[in-house]
Amino acid sequence: MALDMTLPAPRRISNSLKRWRLRAVALVAAAIGAVGLAAPAQALVQIDITQGQVEPLPIALPSFGSTGGEADLARQMTEVIANDLKRSGLFRPLDPASYVDQTLDAAAVPNFQNWRAIDAQALVAGTLTREPDGRLKAEFRLWDVFAAEQMIGQQYYTQPDNWRRLAHIIADAIYERLTGEKGYFDTRVVFVSETGPKNDRTKRLAIMDQDGANVRYLTRGDDLVLTPRFSPSSQDVTYMSYSGGVPSVYLLNIETGEREVLGNFPGMTFAPRFSPDGRSVVMSLQQEGNANIYAMDLGSRRTTRLTNSASIDTSPSFSPDGRQIVFESDRGGAQQLYVMGADGSNPQRISFGNGRYSTPVWSPRGDLIAFTKQSGGRFSIGVMKPDGSGERILTEGYHNEGPTWAPNGRVLMFFRETQGAQGGPSLYTVDITGRNEMRVTTDTFSSDPAWSPLLD
Amino acid sequence: MVTNISLRSAGRAAIVILVAAFMAACAQKQEQLNGQAVPGSAQDFVVNVGDRVYFAVDSSDLSGTAQATLDKQAQWLQRYNRYTITVEGHADERGTREYNLALGARRASAVKAYLASRGVAPNRMRTISYGKERPVAVCDNESCWSQNRRSVTVLDNAGS
Repeated sequence: MALDMTLPAPRRISNSLKRWRLRAVALVAAAIGAVGLAAPAQALVQIDITQGQVEPLPIALPSFGSTGGEADLARQMTEVIANDLKRSGLFRPLDPASYVDQTLDAAAVPNFQNWRAIDAQALVAGTLTREPDGRLKAEFRLWDVFAAEQMIGQQYYTQPDNWRRLAHIIADAIYERLTGEKGYFDTRVVFVSETGPKNDRTKRLAIMDQDGANVRYLTRGDDLVLTPRFSPSSQDVTYMSYSGGVPSVYLLNIETGEREVLGNFPGMTFAPRFSPDGRSVVMSLQQEGNANIYAMDLGSRRTTRLTNSASIDTSPSFSPDGRQIVFESDRGGAQQLYVMGADGSNPQRISFGNGRYSTPVWSPRGDLIAFTKQSGGRFSIGVMKPDGSGERILTEGYHNEGPTWAPNGRVLMFFRETQGAQGGPSLYTVDITGRNEMRVTTDTFSSDPAWSPLLD
Repeated sequence: MVTNISLRSAGRAAIVILVAAFMAACAQKQEQLNGQAVPGSAQDFVVNVGDRVYFAVDSSDLSGTAQATLDKQAQWLQRYNRYTITVEGHADERGTREYNLALGARRASAVKAYLASRGVAPNRMRTISYGKERPVAVCDNESCWSQNRRSVTVLDNAGS
């Protein structure tokens, strides 16, 4: 059967890659038309992720077909897509050994009987081609196996060294089509890479793809650096460094490498985080025994004091609408979570459980606040609603700390310390049901992760 | 047990001491070192005065022991008034990173205020917090954590 390849004119969907000078490419996507099959007799497959328990969707991902000697790359791309989907906990990629067809081209109409036989509900087919100008062309289709219906058909062009990003974009398209929610695979994580013995650690800022690939270092390790966080554009990182005489909050442009101290404060500044519009940074200023929260407008460099208490007020995080800030304070005697207006008005305690609550981070969806909880000598990661109700612990152990949200608000990343003189931190993800916990493999001990927004 | 003092550049954590100067078992060795430490030297300060005090969990209160050490520090610093000092505040690793930065600062601030109350001019003192970033003991129980919850008084210009 001929494939209808009536394509609209290619349109740019991404200019974000200009941030990565060495790999500046245009990424072009277009929809490709459906194969002319009869209308489906049944509703298309869909995952309802609003339920607490989700049975992972069986999905078949035979290796993308290829032309021009791209078979290895086609196979690797398929593996990256399958790995993204598997790690989300919402999909169960089927064992390739069970596939009748080991590869499946985007242009082919699948033999659905073969895929029904292994209970695949969704099927991904793709083709990778090297264009005469050197670019890669990737086409893929997502099929509903039981309805024998195409759910997505798209093609992309990109430079070959950008193939991993392309795989994540395809995985996001599959995730979004099958769950109804935005994906989070085409994202990066900035974190602190740790080497050396526990009592003399070298810490470096590093950035990687969300699945742990493509690690790049942003600092050399000469100075202690802590708590990096992305700007909404993913172009800047704010973090704390000991490079000057006074430990201070810095701003780093990750494209140009330009770095500057934020503000001229009369003491240590720490715990920075961007506002959702990227126009300001909130942080703590230490003065004598107290820490208070300040906001700095990045345009005017004007600072505003938001809290004024004889206590430690820190770890501020904006609500996604920018109108409120959640933070931790020991003003009541021990660390607890408070929510106040973005101007510092009307602080209200929201955490009342048994233990100490810290490092609050507001979900990009606005519906939950993630936190670290210390109780009984154990460190947990949990979530609660912004009014403090509905607390749920997602993971608990010797030491879990510092959650950060995936941009769709369905997954958290955090770090976990192992015990012992040789122990150290590693990165993990957990979904908001707490059911799907995965380690993010990195070459070194790693801490203080911060997730980027979806790249665009 | 050997006391190993290495002064490092001001940017990094300052003094690494591989001795628990307060351990009774070391008393005899300290006597020997007492004989070697030049009065008014950094070694004299560390060995004969004590450069650090310890804190209870999540506390910046100065115990009687801590106050006695700081009294000796204040006397010594007034006798050898060529020195300026940096008071480092540290926390153990059983807390979250950002809070511990503030807690270390609170401890350093408490020490600075106490030394000032005992006659050390505030303009000779600065403070810095390392939070939980510079542990000296790395086991997973209170015997180590209690050593890490500390402030360390570092002589800034010990080489001059």
